[in-house]
Amino acid sequence: MSKKLNIGGVITEPGSTKHYKTGDWRTFRPYWDKTKCIQCMRCWQFCPDISIPQKDGKRQDTDFDFCKGCGICAKECPVKCIVMNKEKK
Amino acid sequence: MKKVIECSHAIAEAVKLCKPAVIPMFPITPQTHIVERLADFINEGSLDSEMIHVESEHSAMSAAIGSSAAGTRTFTATNSQGLLLMSEMVFVASGMRLPIVMAIANRAVSSPINIWCDHSDSMAVRDSGWIQLYCESTQEAFDTIIQAFKVAEKTFLPAMVCVDGFSLTHVWEPADILSSKEVDKFLPKYKPMFSLDPKKPVTMGPIAFPNTYQDFKKQQHDAMKESLKEIVDVNKEFKSKFNRSYGNGLIETYKMDDAKIVYVCMGSLCTTVRGVIDDYRKKGKKVGMIKIKCFRPFPTENILDVTKDVENLLVIDKAVSLGNEPIVFNEIKSALYGKNIKLRSYVAGLGGRDVTHYMLRKALEDKDKGGEEWLG
Repeated sequence: MSKKLNIGGVITEPGSTKHYKTGDWRTFRPYWDKTKCIQCMRCWQFCPDISIPQKDGKRQDTDFDFCKGCGICAKECPVKCIVMNKEKK
Repeated sequence: MKKVIECSHAIAEAVKLCKPAVIPMFPITPQTHIVERLADFINEGSLDSEMIHVESEHSAMSAAIGSSAAGTRTFTATNSQGLLLMSEMVFVASGMRLPIVMAIANRAVSSPINIWCDHSDSMAVRDSGWIQLYCESTQEAFDTIIQAFKVAEKTFLPAMVCVDGFSLTHVWEPADILSSKEVDKFLPKYKPMFSLDPKKPVTMGPIAFPNTYQDFKKQQHDAMKESLKEIVDVNKEFKSKFNRSYGNGLIETYKMDDAKIVYVCMGSLCTTVRGVIDDYRKKGKKVGMIKIKCFRPFPTENILDVTKDVENLLVIDKAVSLGNEPIVFNEIKSALYGKNIKLRSYVAGLGGRDVTHYMLRKALEDKDKGGEEWLG
């Protein structure tokens, strides 16, 4: 066998999904207009993939390594400061 | 200690001696006496196991996977519709390399519904990556349970111990029941390679992408093939300790030294075949039997070894592959590819139909016809 793999596919290092970047699944890319954002954190709450980081209570730029472009953040945003655009590859 | 005991109860005694920590179970005829007896043991305090009464066989195997993943020895039992209902999880258990031991009280599969014996149920999961050991007698069933735990835990492969429903499970016969001390000396405590432990987190059963999935299947396939040796070794060790063995652990032969015409069969039917062979031998006919004890992994090399001077093989299947040759016959034919041996296939005993001496003699008379025949 070419690869050394634990039997049964057991992964002994926690947090291994960090290495599996799901961003390339994206068809739509969220654009966040910082100037219109009211920092309500609704997008942060609803993101199913922890792709919206926050720091000191402030929303940060979308983590495009993991954002799959589902559009939930844009749908939930009360001031519509997030819009989904077709991903350019 | 030798006593007259029902086969299902002997299996329960063997399980008790192996001390599984968890027994998830769902009752189904004709497996019930096994798990009922285990429940008795727990109730009377002679067995310290957690019995989980689940709502289906799918849950029984799921719970077994959970407890085995937690690093504990796990036993369950089922058959027929129950085995088919849990079949999704049967593949998960082997893929996760969890050495669960499961007794199968072989029973026909619906439809039409039928509660009696044939091998259709375990044959349906023959490619699931479980070791499959078929037993002929109460003593063999008792011994095989203990051996199965040892083989499974050494190879990290789950194992099915198959006993014919009713025609073996409900039979009372003498058997030597080992003591706890004896089994403790033979079967060491289970040491898992990985286990679920909050202090040392691991991920079990994750997704494998196209770049690794095939490698995991190759690992399983290699482990199954390597387990042939382990089964032989465990059978040998069992013999040295308790003075009982079943052929080499993979196949057992009967009057094969000069045999030209040979029956191939599995399970309790082998006892009937032995009787037929004895009758023929009295008349000077060179008849013998190969009993396949270990069907998965398949002991191809051993079949080749014992059939060097054989002229006719009569393969009796207690299951069918609808639309193709019967299953054991197909395996034997494949093992003997290119050999000059006449093969004939017999389907017999489906849904509990009796397989009589008369039928087996008829099978021998037709030995040169080739092809396939349904007996009875």
